[in-house]
Amino acid sequence: MTTSEATDRQVQAISSDEDVVRVRQLVRTAAVAAKLSLVDQTKVVTAASELARNTLVYGGGGSAEVCRVLNGSRHGVRIVFTDSGPGIADVELALTDGYTSGTGMGLGLSGARRLVDEFHLDTAVGAGTTVAVVKWAR
Amino acid sequence: MALNAEQAERLGQLLSTHSDRISQRWSEVAAAPLKGRLTVAEAARHTGELQAQLRSALLAGATGVDSVHSAELRALLTELSRSRARMGFTASETATSVFALKTALYEAADVEKGDDAALRDYVAWSALIDELGLFTFEAYSRAREEIITAQGEQLLELSTPVVKLWEGVVAVPLVGTLDSARAQVVMERLLEALVDTGSPYAIIDITGVPAVDTQVAQHVLKTVMAARLMGAECIISGIRPQIAQTIVTLGIEFGDIVTKASLADALRHAVQRRNADQRAVKREA
Repeated sequence: MTTSEATDRQVQAISSDEDVVRVRQLVRTAAVAAKLSLVDQTKVVTAASELARNTLVYGGGGSAEVCRVLNGSRHGVRIVFTDSGPGIADVELALTDGYTSGTGMGLGLSGARRLVDEFHLDTAVGAGTTVAVVKWAR
Repeated sequence: MALNAEQAERLGQLLSTHSDRISQRWSEVAAAPLKGRLTVAEAARHTGELQAQLRSALLAGATGVDSVHSAELRALLTELSRSRARMGFTASETATSVFALKTALYEAADVEKGDDAALRDYVAWSALIDELGLFTFEAYSRAREEIITAQGEQLLELSTPVVKLWEGVVAVPLVGTLDSARAQVVMERLLEALVDTGSPYAIIDITGVPAVDTQVAQHVLKTVMAARLMGAECIISGIRPQIAQTIVTLGIEFGDIVTKASLADALRHAVQRRNADQRAVKREA
């Protein structure tokens, strides 16, 4: 991940549908504060919504850490989703459009990756999953 | 267990012998913090019922809130907590009505005189009253939770209206978060409205949905498919520029479903299609 200063760090536990909404609101607030354009705000909020729901549904709950980042003069929003669920066995497959191990559309993880500027997926079977994403202001 | 059998019996007897004095003082102390929101007569009726129930429980052999003989007392306390919760009293104000008995007992039992046996009894009775108060507190919070759940359900119903926009055109304006529970309500309402009004066109307006993610899209698509099975055509409207770009990046495809930027566009489209249908019917006839 790019070296950058982080400010306004906030952590939200994810254990219910309401928490997904709270994560979305935190991200929206951070995106507005980082002066992202309306399109980029919507993109990062939607990506956060997908990843938070994955944390809840596939990771069995976890947490999201939202913070604003500054890299030189560039502002951005970083969100780190952590769960201690079963992990992802085949990352390539999980990132394929249309593949789902559940009942969704199979676009959440792969779509979220396209919606953000930086995407780091760290997972191992039985060791949980961590997804870190960054969206930079243009 | 809060008391031993003798202490319970002595309390029961005290409640019988000084019945009037205790009930008057209890209702006075209980009504004071309610600041006139409950009349003295109502407060007196509540404390009177509690006193009678407590006395019969104690004389029947109850030694605590959990005793088998306290079943009716528990029911009464629960009922009291519920009605207070509905009337908007706080949990403290509700429990205070029970704790007020301590003051009344203190005076009736002449604890001031300072004999040790009376003091020991009073401490044990106090513990019983604490138990009753805590029971009230718990019943109160349960009642509040029920009220909140009921309000949530009411909100769910309120926030999903299906409106008739034109002859043969119904619309569902979606506002807020579209979770699975709401999506289910929306689908049911829309399908019912299609049958009730005999409308061949339905507009689903997502202007008020702040984030359209795959879950929202999936719910909307399922609703559209269900409406199609019933022979109705759905139009999705309220797709703002930022939502459109996000949907494309996310990779969601709406296929051959008609989508429009605004509700007005969607209505115009539906009305034109409907007029075309009617002209076609006339030509055939």
